[in-house]
Amino acid sequence: MIANCAAAAVRLLTGATCRWVGCAPTDKQRVYFANHTSNLDFVLLWASLPRSVRIRTRPIAAHDYWTRSRLRLALADKIFHAVLIERKRVTRTNNPIAPMLSALSEGYSLIIFPEGGRATNEPTEFKSGIFHLARARPELEFVPVYIQNLNRVLPKGEILPIPILCSVHFGSPLYLQPNEEKVEFMQRAQKAMLDLTPTS
Amino acid sequence: MIDRQTIWLVSGVVGLLLIATVIGQILRKTAKSDQARKVVLNLNARIWAWWIIVAIFGAALFLGLISTIVLFAIISFIALREFITLTPSKRGDHRALFWAFFIILPMQYIVIAWKWYGMFSIFIPVYAFLFIPIRSVIAGDTEHFLERTAKIQWGLMVCVYFVSYAPALLTLRIAGYAGQNAKPLFFFAAIVQMSDVLRYVWGKLFGKHPLAPKISPNKTVEGLIGGVISASLIGMALWWATPFRPWQAGLMSLAITLMGFFGGLTMSAIKRDRGVKDYGELLPGHGGMMDRIDSLCFAAPVFFHLTRYFFT
Repeated sequence: MIANCAAAAVRLLTGATCRWVGCAPTDKQRVYFANHTSNLDFVLLWASLPRSVRIRTRPIAAHDYWTRSRLRLALADKIFHAVLIERKRVTRTNNPIAPMLSALSEGYSLIIFPEGGRATNEPTEFKSGIFHLARARPELEFVPVYIQNLNRVLPKGEILPIPILCSVHFGSPLYLQPNEEKVEFMQRAQKAMLDLTPTS
Repeated sequence: MIDRQTIWLVSGVVGLLLIATVIGQILRKTAKSDQARKVVLNLNARIWAWWIIVAIFGAALFLGLISTIVLFAIISFIALREFITLTPSKRGDHRALFWAFFIILPMQYIVIAWKWYGMFSIFIPVYAFLFIPIRSVIAGDTEHFLERTAKIQWGLMVCVYFVSYAPALLTLRIAGYAGQNAKPLFFFAAIVQMSDVLRYVWGKLFGKHPLAPKISPNKTVEGLIGGVISASLIGMALWWATPFRPWQAGLMSLAITLMGFFGGLTMSAIKRDRGVKDYGELLPGHGGMMDRIDSLCFAAPVFFHLTRYFFT
């Protein structure tokens, strides 16, 4: 209920239009990977999914950011149902891939941002997490998503959003090919995501 | 507040839409080629959107000044949003844009609700115009400074200031016309939108010579001439619903249609420059809000000031 209202509010604020270019919104288990330019990214992507898909999808978010206050923790936990991962002091015991894999094994789809930190202008190189996920679950669909304009709604360091129109573009699913190298797969994935950039 | 003339005006518009709906459905049945079917599909989408526009506009006008002001404030908000989305802005503009959307825009409409002409007419051209570059210069980014601030100033002028002239018509004190100002606003909206439609119809039926192929391939000389003449004649025939004599109503309509035409052309040039076809996809068949009100933006201030100068 609250989650549905939150999703509707985000769509209203961003005026988001969804373009399912390369695939249809289905309940199939997937990993959506998108460009990361704003703190609202996963919220918008999550809100853009139809309700039936949304309740089976969990965003991956930074543990340090979302546990900083009680409100954030409640939002991440109760509303977005996020999987919080460590991104700074990664050790063998808090390996960020483990919680993702356990969410996948519970049947959830995931939303990930392989660029890690928020890119400012130039796209930054993918982190290897996406490859490790693909290697562990090669049968999963990896769906590239390009989010346009959200960095203009809420640039890094700003608190107040402005109502610029956003769009979310979903591309064709990718699979890890047998014998595909790490670098190869990551470059292919990044290209698929960037190719969704609207021309205008 | 509802007099016989208002009833006639409303019935006229509803009648026109009914006829258009019937014609649209007949065309849908008879369209043969794929090309024709596409045109008819777009036409019918436009007609449906017209029903909704007329219903919302009519309801707001019926409820009075405040609801009309709120409606146009929402229109401004949506149009400004489309305009700013289309024109690239940088990080340094963020705070200035926040002011534009959430402070300057509401203030402009609040001032109209106060019927404070002296402030309404200069708030954006003077105060907002000066404030925007000041806010951006504090942010400290000098790259493309003039272009960036000019774009925000343009957005505010076109999407907020000019649009707000339409509800401001309700605040004019026209001699011997107290309490009847909804009719001139209705007249204005009807002429400005009808001239758009008539230009489109004349162009589709008889259009041969493209007028500005680089800017707007669908605009033709035949469409312009037919549209301007027929809309002016209709405006003249509607003199009884205005404070004007027939010839005055005709000239007013001529001014409205010409300004409307150039408004559409200018806003199209911006779209072409940015490489898009429409400002948005809010209204099926029409495009975005800005695509629908581009002619209103340019015509409203001219109609307002002509009326104010000659009739108050």
